[in-house]
Parts: sequence; structure tokens; C-alpha cells
Amino acid sequence: MTTHTLEKSESSEAIPTRSSRLSLLLTPPFGPLLFLFIICVIFTVLPLLRGQEQRFLTVQNFALIFQQTAVVGVLAIGQTLIILTAGIDLSNGLVMALTSVITAGLAVHGFGPRGEALYVDPIVAMLIGLGVASLAGFINGLLVTRLKLPPFIVTLGTLNIAFALTRMYTTTTINGLPQPLLALGSAITVFGARVPLYALVMLVLFFVVWFILRETRIGRHIYAVGDNREAAALVGIPVNRVLLLVYTSAGFLYGIAALLLLARQENGDPQAGQTSNLESITAVVLGGTSLFGGRGHVMGTLIGALVVSVIRNGLTQQGANPIIQTFITGILVIAAVAVDQLSQRSR
Amino acid sequence: MPADYTTTPVIEARSLTKYFGHVVALDRCDFEVYAGEILAIIGDNGAGKSTLIKALCGALQPDSGQIFLEGKPVHFRSPMDARNAGIETVYQNLAVSPALNITENLFLGREVLRPGFLGRVLRMIDRKTMRTQSEEFMKSLKFRIQDMNVSVESLSGGQRQGVAVARSAAFARKVIIMDEPTAALGVKESRMVLDLIREIRDRGLPVILISHNMPHVFELADRVHIQRLGRRLAIIDPKQYSMSDAVALMTGAKTLANAEQV
Repeated sequence: MTTHTLEKSESSEAIPTRSSRLSLLLTPPFGPLLFLFIICVIFTVLPLLRGQEQRFLTVQNFALIFQQTAVVGVLAIGQTLIILTAGIDLSNGLVMALTSVITAGLAVHGFGPRGEALYVDPIVAMLIGLGVASLAGFINGLLVTRLKLPPFIVTLGTLNIAFALTRMYTTTTINGLPQPLLALGSAITVFGARVPLYALVMLVLFFVVWFILRETRIGRHIYAVGDNREAAALVGIPVNRVLLLVYTSAGFLYGIAALLLLARQENGDPQAGQTSNLESITAVVLGGTSLFGGRGHVMGTLIGALVVSVIRNGLTQQGANPIIQTFITGILVIAAVAVDQLSQRSR
Repeated sequence: MPADYTTTPVIEARSLTKYFGHVVALDRCDFEVYAGEILAIIGDNGAGKSTLIKALCGALQPDSGQIFLEGKPVHFRSPMDARNAGIETVYQNLAVSPALNITENLFLGREVLRPGFLGRVLRMIDRKTMRTQSEEFMKSLKFRIQDMNVSVESLSGGQRQGVAVARSAAFARKVIIMDEPTAALGVKESRMVLDLIREIRDRGLPVILISHNMPHVFELADRVHIQRLGRRLAIIDPKQYSMSDAVALMTGAKTLANAEQV
């Protein structure tokens, strides 16, 4: 906002240039969706060219892709909310791990040192799990708003704390989960493919959060807080309350992800979620949400998460070394952040 | 409609004093602004302009003295208090949210909710109403914008500031305070904002304008409040004084001859 404002204004009054049309194509929601479409076409055509049986473009395979996306997808919803406020959450995978072992432990062993002490109803265990995850998010939010610490550092701290607490609670996998914890793993048949309920839970959550962000007052305030925090405060938006709500809701979503994880793995695994933080950030970034905050769409995150799953799935079917998928994901993340960075600079 | 100076001022301040440690920022400072006028406040750096403004918009509390809104004493503990009382402030350049569109910026923090269940329970916003209202409002201010759905970052600097000014005008019921509204703008850009300020004044809403830009002050203001050493030195009529007189007064190079003594 200094001397170059005038020149900039004159250029912005001109008709859309070629670069602005290009950036329209690259920016969400079109860019990520187009990209997802292209890789789907590639993996559909490849078996045809190589004379293989079509295994990619089948209902069963897409059901599998959704199933593989569910847990990281739900984590990435929470991550999207936080990144929209110009924050970041490194702790989500380990908060999920902590929640899942606590839920599993309570449901299987009950309260007490070796369990036998006090029986806990599995439903109560699930509610306690959701409470623990929400509390973890709430603590992140308090540290970010009250102590004004950078989210990166706060969640790096809570990442370690959650990891330690998980290991203090159990170092071994908790097996023999009771039925209510596995209920989300039961499947319904859609177009002849069996889709587990937890994959549908993910889709429902994406739609709910999409609706909230787009159509409700709090949704618009989340964007405003991430876009220009000072302006938001000046018009009277309770910035700290919005942030606290975002971090707590994200925690709640990590709790749901933990329940999906239990239903999917059918055990409580203290090793779970160690790379989920980066996977969820990857999904958000590939979905076109800006790390600078205030711009992006939660549906982009769904697409970003699907892109990672589709690449993994397609390469596996092509018999490629699975590590290539990680390599490609790395390149995509850098490319997506570069697009964000460049469009930020052009503003 | 010309301002009527025999009526009760919209905002009046008597003997405001504010200390920062041992420094006197405001020294028994008086102030008033009347309906239908643009009152400019000029003064050298450290004269207490921004302290005065912050006291009027609730951003800080004076140590002593009294503020009256339409004759009634008021105490603003926060900018929110002042805003709820109908006093809006336009800040230099922090005021807009670039990624949001014009309508969203105009209604930021004051979104209109959908009627009935959708609004009351789901807290859903009413896009259509907000869009129509903002279009009508911008038209009434003669502020030309083709599309209310473009993000504010795609506007020119002047248009952006125009959005910030329009937002304050839309919600101010008593007075608008503008702190250096043209400071970051070029010549053409400033013109647009100056026209907008005049348009707001003509609708009867008083405008308090803080500016270092003497040509803008002398072009727009109905009266000029000269602040010096924490006090109001004089109020002058810009038609009877030259810019160099005003600058000489505010820097102390010249003393009052026949300015309205206060």
C-alpha cells in the first residue's frame, strides 16, 4: 500500500489478461478437480495401452479409494479449518492416535491400572474419546489465542505431548474391540460395491463443513480472520473466539477420525497417525487452500486427499514401486505451494 | 444542506486530558462537530490529533474531561461501544478483507441472517438481501462498481478504500471518523474517495477528517480544527484562510490574528 498502488490500480482496470485466465484454471476449485480428472484418465488409459484388464475404472476400485481416504480425509477437514485461519496443525495425527488408544483401552479394559477395576460402556468410551480430542484442540486454541504463540510451535509441542501420552497409556496394540466400535466398519452396497460406513461419514462431514463455511456467519468469519485478522477485529468479529472454536472443532474432527480408524483397523494402535499431519497438510495444499489463510475450499481438500489416494492406487495397480507414489506426492506438494506463492505475489 | 452551528453538536468534547507517563498528549482539549459538516483536524506530529480521535472512537479513555453525544454524556470503553453508539471509524489501510467480495466486506461482522429457522438456528447468511442492499447503497453513493461479487483485491487502491468508507457510511448513524483516508492513494484514486466523502456529508452525516494533505483539507472541509500542543488552537474557515496560514498556525510560526479564538 505504498507508492506502487497507483500503477497497480491502472493495470487492474484493464480486461482480464492471459495470466489471469491461466490462474483461474489453476486456482481452486477448478485446478485440483481438473488435475484429479487427468490422473484418473491416465490410470484408465494405461491398462488399455498395456493390454491389461481394466481394474482402475470400476465401482469397486473407487469404493476402495474412498475407503483409503476416509481417515486422512477427516483429519484434513480439521486441518483445512485451521489453515484457513492462517494457522497449521502438526499435532492432528497423534491426537488421533491418543484418542483411539484411549477409546479402545476404555472400551476393552475399562478404567483402572490393569483394567478390571471399572467397566466402561463402549459408547461412553467413544464419547470420552471425542472429549479428549476436543480438549486437545481446545488447548491448542488457548495457546494460540491467549499466549499468542505461533500455531506451528504450539502444535509441535502438543504433537510430542500426545505422542508421549499415547505411549504412557499403552505400548501394545489393543485388540478385541467390542461391537459398537466396529459398527462404522460395516458396509452398505452402492452400485454393487461394498462401501464401509466410515467412508460415508467422511463424505457427510465434508458436506457439513462445506455448508458451514459457505452459508453461515461463523463460516464467513473464519475466512475473514484468516484473510486479514486486523480488519476482522476492527469490524468487531471476536477473532479469539473464532480461533478457539476452529481449533476445538478441529480437535473434535480428529476424534471422529480416531473412531473411523478404530472401525477400519479393528484395533487400537499406538503407532498410528505418525505421518498423518503431513498427509493432511498435503491434502489441504493439493486442494488449493492457501497456507497464508483466508482462501480455499474444504471440497478442494477432499479432492486433494483423493488425488493422493488415486495416485497410490493407480501406481500399485501398475505394479510400480510404492515409494514412487511418495516421490510424486512430494513434487505435487511443491508445485501446489508454488502456485499459491506465485498468485500471492501477484496480488 | 449547510451545517447549522446553532444546534447541539453531534459530538462535543470538553476539556479532555490524557497523559502518557509524564507526557501530556491532550491538555484540556475541546472539540465539536455538527450535523452536515466535514470537520478537518490538522496539526503537527505530536499535537494530539490521534489521541483525540482515539478518545472519540473509544480506542482509549481520557484521564479527565467529558464527551457528549448529541448533548448526552457518554463513556466509551472500547471501539465496539462507540460503534454501537453510531460512531464509525475508517482506518488508513487495514480495513478490508482482500479475499472476500465487496458485499461480504460491506457486511463483514454484521451479516444479515436468513429469516426464520434457517437464520435463527442454523445462522445462515442471506446472500441475496445483502447483495441487493449493497448494490443499492453503492448506487446511492454514486460509487460505480460493476460487480459486487468480485474480490476486493481485484479492485484498485481507491476503490478498496471506497469500500471501506462505504461500509462505515452504511452503518454510521451519528458520525464517521476518517484517519488519513487518502494517505496511500494516488491523485486519481484520491479523487474518488474525496467525492465519496462529500456525498456522505451531503446525506447529513458529519465527517471528521484527519489529514496531512492540505489541498484535500482545504477542498473538502467546512471548518478546520487546528490542534497544537494537546489543545485546540483555533477553528478556521478554510475559505478565509490560506493553506500557508493554516500550516503556520499549526507549527506555531504564526499566532492568531483574527481567527475564531477558542
